[in-house]
Amino acid sequence: MWKFVVPFVLFIILGAFLWVGLNRDPSYVPSPLIGKPAPEFTLPSLQDPSYQVASKEMMGKTWILNVWGTWCGGCREEHPTWVAIAQQGTVPIIGLNWRDDNASAQEWLRQLGNPYAAVATDHDGRTAIDWGVYGAPETFLIGPDGKIIYKHIAPMTFDVWAKEFLPRIQAAQAGQGAQS
Amino acid sequence: MSRLGFLRAGLVAVGIAFAGLGYAIDTERDFADPVLQARYEGITKELRCLVCQNETIADSNADLAIDLRREVHKMIADGKTDEEIKEFMLNRYGDFVLYKPRITGKTVILWGAPVLMLLFGVVAAGRFIRKRAEEADIPTETDQAGPEAGQS
Repeated sequence: MWKFVVPFVLFIILGAFLWVGLNRDPSYVPSPLIGKPAPEFTLPSLQDPSYQVASKEMMGKTWILNVWGTWCGGCREEHPTWVAIAQQGTVPIIGLNWRDDNASAQEWLRQLGNPYAAVATDHDGRTAIDWGVYGAPETFLIGPDGKIIYKHIAPMTFDVWAKEFLPRIQAAQAGQGAQS
Repeated sequence: MSRLGFLRAGLVAVGIAFAGLGYAIDTERDFADPVLQARYEGITKELRCLVCQNETIADSNADLAIDLRREVHKMIADGKTDEEIKEFMLNRYGDFVLYKPRITGKTVILWGAPVLMLLFGVVAAGRFIRKRAEEADIPTETDQAGPEAGQS
């Protein structure tokens, strides 16, 4: 009896592991930064390099940090989604232009529309390292307490925005309302 | 020199000619101090390039790997210890960034599973062998008994 039951149970366990493994995305790396204070940055603005975009100014607000570059295919894919989301005006979207040159980035925004409240330019990729960025596009949601609430690694879609972001934004804003 | 000898010499020559390619990726930075250089090479070989996950940042040409090598170089030059550099990477990229993950609550299964499986295998094999030995004993007795019984 045990001769058949034990291998069968082992087979089911192994099968379950492999089945789960099949459906997971191996390129997804969970961020250790979730729930931790967002790394600070002060970087020159894309539109006017003499102006500094500082993450500290966003303290007290719920906001989005979107990491993009004109060299990034997924960023082009998600760009119209951001333009539409920005029109709804739910939260300010800050762009982090990663390892890019200002001329092409400005041209990109002229052609495709600008969903960003401000764009910080990270030419040497130092700020992206602080945020644990490893592949654009990446999108962070930061709460009013300055902590990272959520991270999405892939082009933004309306589905992801509605399912993963909007409920968390509402929760963050409700929490803020209760405090003040 | 025999023909085989020529062939061997030729293969060695080709091997030497291509050997340099293995070192061609990271050419931008060098320490004058060989100790620091060895540390730099050691650490960059232990860190995973997250864009191209099966390469270390020492082996990768990805932009992120170049940036991370620059950071490692800077931290070594600033006198940071290996532990501090690894901590820096872990805080940003998580356990996955280390090719040899630390033993923590999250990675204990990763480290423990091979040991458990080996133990399980030893116990299972031990039981199997003992059982076979016991079973094998019985037929030899009957085998011996059989012909004897037949003879008498």
